[in-house]
Amino acid sequence: MAFLDNLINGMSLGSIYAVIALGYTLVYGIAKMLNFAHGDVIMVGGYVVFTAMVTANLSPWLSILIGIAACTVLGIVIEKVAYKPLRKASSLSVLITAIGVSYFLQNMALLVFGEKPRTFTSVVNIPKISLFDGKVVIKGETIAAIIVSVVIVVCLSLFVNHTQKGRAMLAVSEDKDAAQLMGINVNSTISLTFAIGSGLAAIAGVLLCSSYPTLTNTTGAMPGIKAFVAAVLGGIGSIPGAMIGGILIGVIEILGRAYISPQLADAIVFAVLILVLIVKPTGILGKKVNEKV
Amino acid sequence: MKKKISPMTRKSFVTYGLLVLAFIAVEILLNTGNISSMMKGLLVPICVYSILAVSLNLTVGILGELSLGQAGFMCIGAYSSAIFSNMVKETITEPMIRFPLAILVGGIFAAIFGLLIGIPVLRLRGDYLAIVTLAFGEIIKNVFAALYIGYDSAGLHISLKSQGDLKLAADGKMVINGALGISGTPNDSTFEIAAVILLITVIIAYNFVNSRTGRAVMSIRDNRIAAESVGLNITKYKLITFGLTAFLAGIAGVLYSHNFYSLQASKFDYNMSILVLVFVVLGGIGSIRGSIIAASVLTLLPELLRSVNKYRMLMYAIVLIVMMICTSNATIRGFFVRNAQKFISLFKKNKAQPEAVKEGE
Repeated sequence: MAFLDNLINGMSLGSIYAVIALGYTLVYGIAKMLNFAHGDVIMVGGYVVFTAMVTANLSPWLSILIGIAACTVLGIVIEKVAYKPLRKASSLSVLITAIGVSYFLQNMALLVFGEKPRTFTSVVNIPKISLFDGKVVIKGETIAAIIVSVVIVVCLSLFVNHTQKGRAMLAVSEDKDAAQLMGINVNSTISLTFAIGSGLAAIAGVLLCSSYPTLTNTTGAMPGIKAFVAAVLGGIGSIPGAMIGGILIGVIEILGRAYISPQLADAIVFAVLILVLIVKPTGILGKKVNEKV
Repeated sequence: MKKKISPMTRKSFVTYGLLVLAFIAVEILLNTGNISSMMKGLLVPICVYSILAVSLNLTVGILGELSLGQAGFMCIGAYSSAIFSNMVKETITEPMIRFPLAILVGGIFAAIFGLLIGIPVLRLRGDYLAIVTLAFGEIIKNVFAALYIGYDSAGLHISLKSQGDLKLAADGKMVINGALGISGTPNDSTFEIAAVILLITVIIAYNFVNSRTGRAVMSIRDNRIAAESVGLNITKYKLITFGLTAFLAGIAGVLYSHNFYSLQASKFDYNMSILVLVFVVLGGIGSIRGSIIAASVLTLLPELLRSVNKYRMLMYAIVLIVMMICTSNATIRGFFVRNAQKFISLFKKNKAQPEAVKEGE
C-alpha cells in the first residue's frame, strides 16, 4: 500500500512538473531558447497569489486570476526587455541573459518579501478520497493537480492545432523566416508564447504551493529545472511529451526519495536527464531535427 | 635580425607583469602591516575566484559553450584533496611537500570527472550542455552531502546512509561526515602559493589559447561545420578544453578547501557557478585578464562597501543582462563602438577601448 501511496504522490508532483514543462516546451519550440527564468516566474506567481489571498484577503479564485494576469504580464515584459534585443545573438548570450533574468527575479523577491518563508494556504477544497479502508488516501490537492494538468494539456493541444494563432505558433517553430514571409507576425507570436507559458507558470505555482506550502524566493528554481528535465525526457517541443515526461519525473523523484535515499532524490532525477540525453537526446516523443548548414 | 613580438605574446606578458606587480604590492602591504585582517582573509579567495574565472573562460570564451558545473568540479577538487590531506597529514608533516601533492590529486580527480561527464555530454550543444553541467553540479553536491567515509585498520568504509552505518572500529576516523562535510583539513593555502598557482593558471591559459589546439577550438566556436569539414576532431578538442577547465577548477577547489578548517558540500551550489559566470561576463568573454580583474573587484567590492552587500546578488543579475544586451545586440553595440571611436579620435590616447569591445564578442 505504501507503494501505491508513493505512486499517487509521484503522479501529483508529476502533474505539477507537467504544467511547468509545458511552458518550457512551448518557449523552446518557438523561440528556440531555454527560458531559465521560467521556474522563477512560478515563484512570483506563488507570491502574488499569496499576497492577494492573505494580505489583501481576496477570494482564492480571484487571487489565482490576479496571479495568472501578473505572470502573463511579467512573461511578456521579460521577453520584450531581455530576450527580444537578442533575437539575432548567439545562443550563449541568450542563455546567459536568461540566467541573469532568473537571478534577478530570485533576488528581487528576496528584497521585496524577505528571507522568511511564507506558509501558503491551500486553495483546493476538494474532499480527500480514502481507498482500501483508509489505507490509501488521495488528497484533494492531488486530484486538483492531476485534473488541472490534464485539462491544460488537452486545451493547449486543441489551441495549437486548431486555431489560427496556434497554427501560427507551429509555423514559427518550424521556420521563422518562412513564417514571416507568409504574413505571420513573428514578434507577436513569440510574445503570445511567453504569455501562455508564464500564465501556466502561475497555475503551476498555485498547485505547487498548495501541495508544498513553503514559499521562499527559490521555491521555483529546483522544480523549474526538474520540469525542464521532464520536458527533455518527453521530447522538447511536444505538448503530450511534456505531460508524459512530467509524470515520469514526478514518480521517479518520489519513488527515489522513498526507496533509495531522501538526500539523493534530486541527484537521481538529474541522472535520468543525463541518461536520456546519452541514449535518446530527442526524448520520448521528440522529432529528430536535421542540421542545416 | 630583430625578432618581432606578436601582439598576443605581448598581451600575455603584460598580464604576467601586472600579476607580478600586484603580488609584490600586496606583499609590501602585508609586510609593512598596512592591510586589514579582513583584506588578508580575502587574498586567497581572490586567487581562487580568479583561477575559476580564467578556467571557465576557456570553456565559455574559447570553446563558446556554457558550463554551469564549475562549482561541481571545484567540489570534487576540494573534497578529494581534503581527503588526501587528512589521510596523510600524520605521515607527511611538511606542507611544502603535502600541498603540491594535494593540488595534483584535486586537479586530476576533477579532470577525470570532467572527461567522464564530457564524453557523453559534449555531443550536445548550447542549452543542453548548460543544463547537463548544471545537473552534474547538483548531483556532485547532493552525493557529497550524503556521503559518509571513514577509515580504520580494516581500510576505508563508505556509506550513503549515516555515520553509524559505517561500522567503524574503535580506532576509526571519520573523513567525510555527510552534510557536515570534512573538518580538520590542514590550513595549507597561503596567499603566496595561491598567487603562484594563479600565475601558472594564467600562463597555461594564454599558451592554450595561442597554441594549435587553441586555434582549433576557436575555429570550432566560430563555425563548427566548417571546422569539421577541414578535418578537425570536434569531440577531441571539446574534451581537451572541458578537461582543462575541470582540472583548473579542481585546483581552485583545493586552494579553497585548504583555506578553511571545515568544508561543507552545500557551499558548492548553483550560486557559486553563477558567481564565476558573472566574473567571466563582466571581465569580457574570452578575455583572461578581464576575468582576473572582474573576479578581484567583485570579491573586494562587497566587503569594502558593506551597504551594497544587500543588493549584491541583484547587481550580479543586472550585470549579466546588461552586459549581454550591450555586447550582443547589433544596434546597441554599434552605438557604443561609434562613440568609443569618436572619443578616441578626440583624445588620441586610450587605444584599449575598441579592443575591449572586440573581446566582448
